[in-house]
Amino acid sequence: MSVDLEHYLIVGAILFAIGLYLTVAKRNFVGVLMGIEMMFNAVNLTFIAFSRFAESDQPLAGHVFVVFVITVAAAEAATALALAVMVYRTRDTINVDEIDLLKW
Amino acid sequence: MDDTGVVIAFYVLAAMTIGSALAVVVVRNLIHAVVALIGTFAGLAGLYVTLSADFIAITQILIYIGAISILFLFAIVLTPQSGRGNQESFLRFPALALSGLVGAVLIYVAVDTQWNLSDRGDFQETTGTIGELLLDTYVLPFEIASVLLLVAVLGSIILVRPEPAEEDD
Amino acid sequence: MGPPLGFTAKSNLTAHLPPVDLNVGVLFLIAIAGINTPAVFLAGWSSNNKYAMLGAMRTIAMLISYEIIQVLALLGPVLFVGSMRLGDVIGWQDHYNTWIFFIQPVGLLAYIIAGAVETNRSPMDIAEAESEIVAGYHTEYGGIKFGFFYQAEYLAGFAIAASIVTLYMGGWTLWGAEDYVPPWLIFLGKLYAVFFVYIWTRGTLPRLRIDQLMAFAWKFLLPIMLVNTLVVGGEVLIWRENDIADETALTLIGLVNFFFGAALVIAWARFLGHGKGKQRGQGAILTQEVGAVYYSPEPAS
Repeated sequence: MSVDLEHYLIVGAILFAIGLYLTVAKRNFVGVLMGIEMMFNAVNLTFIAFSRFAESDQPLAGHVFVVFVITVAAAEAATALALAVMVYRTRDTINVDEIDLLKW
Repeated sequence: MDDTGVVIAFYVLAAMTIGSALAVVVVRNLIHAVVALIGTFAGLAGLYVTLSADFIAITQILIYIGAISILFLFAIVLTPQSGRGNQESFLRFPALALSGLVGAVLIYVAVDTQWNLSDRGDFQETTGTIGELLLDTYVLPFEIASVLLLVAVLGSIILVRPEPAEEDD
Repeated sequence: MGPPLGFTAKSNLTAHLPPVDLNVGVLFLIAIAGINTPAVFLAGWSSNNKYAMLGAMRTIAMLISYEIIQVLALLGPVLFVGSMRLGDVIGWQDHYNTWIFFIQPVGLLAYIIAGAVETNRSPMDIAEAESEIVAGYHTEYGGIKFGFFYQAEYLAGFAIAASIVTLYMGGWTLWGAEDYVPPWLIFLGKLYAVFFVYIWTRGTLPRLRIDQLMAFAWKFLLPIMLVNTLVVGGEVLIWRENDIADETALTLIGLVNFFFGAALVIAWARFLGHGKGKQRGQGAILTQEVGAVYYSPEPAS
């Protein structure tokens, strides 16, 4: 009974699928962003799992990549949530079904 | 990794992570969904520890739980009229099919491929090596990431600034 | 309660009984302190009370500002020791027979201040300023829930004091006395001394306003800590590259840091307008807008 690479990859795949569902199917814009963050996290888990188990001549490159993914995710979350607040101010709603016109 | 402790830890943490992720989908209230998302982040930090990625685990706690969760909560607070429900849009069944398909394909690829594994064992101490890599091989993405963060911070502030009042002398 | 319990699990009480000695010990301290922020926000939000929400927002602004100062202050010892493990930090201080406090005074000062803010202690207890905002984010909490908050705050104060003792003041070592006196007694003695400083400032200093607190963090402490990190990094580099003897190097570093740190703090404070001769209120002039009072450095003639 041991834990291998496939176990972590399966967890990452399930998280990615759940994040994808959140992104496509949530009515609230903040819910969509939660899905995107979950997809980032699933990708991070996959990177770290490969870095630990796979053959490579620089095994910690996976960790460095994850540091950059976390950085970009933080920047993107800040900007996207600022956008959400601005959209709310102009349209008075944050329901993605109702924000479907580029110009009103 | 054969130790019983690690195996039990992995299954408990994986159950916690996937359970919290499903809770984000299912719960009715948006704030409860953000709390479940925090639980997902914490479970992932535990999974990183089982993979002996100590620096990344602490960074995950520090940045995701300490900062990005606050961003989500603030965004929910600043959009009050939008309703705090966590319903799905009209695309829920196609989305279910799509995510199921993507998940199935990924799991099949993960299980079926012959990965090129090494028997290196756990990392001993990753922080120093990550630091050296960041300043040695990957210094260009490092600098670009700092510019990116600056642009993101400035952009977010400019986006949400209130309209300056007209000054007439 | 999470943060203080996490701290306690990390404290090195003796040489042979740290509960757990992580490779990234210093970073763990910072991360556990950072978990406070969503907890405060959720407490203020779930109270369904406008004042609790306001108190929570102010507390979060305070916490995240001083988190940066805390990280930079904790970076000083890590630069000297070259490792983030707390056992290594104590071992370094034991090996070189010095406390990091003597060679890094600015960092200790900044960490004491940042620690007081992170645990909502006076003079920065804006969260519970009873005269201002009832009780901030734990207004609506009573009974055992409020007890949890309060106990967590006191435990966190001890935890911050323990991390100060470990990182800056030598932990359980006392220049050879640990062969005669039990190490945990030395550690507890130093812990009480540092905590006494916290209690002392709580009783002595008046409460800071939120805008004074934020201005202090961003305009005063942050540039000083950045310069301090630069100077410390430069010193460690010169020391390692040139193979200078340990005692002379450390004495030089200590003297340079003390004088340079004092000069930096005083010069920056003067530059920001906190000069000795210009007390607030002596230079007030009325501007055009009715009711506004504008403090300028020059007294109105």
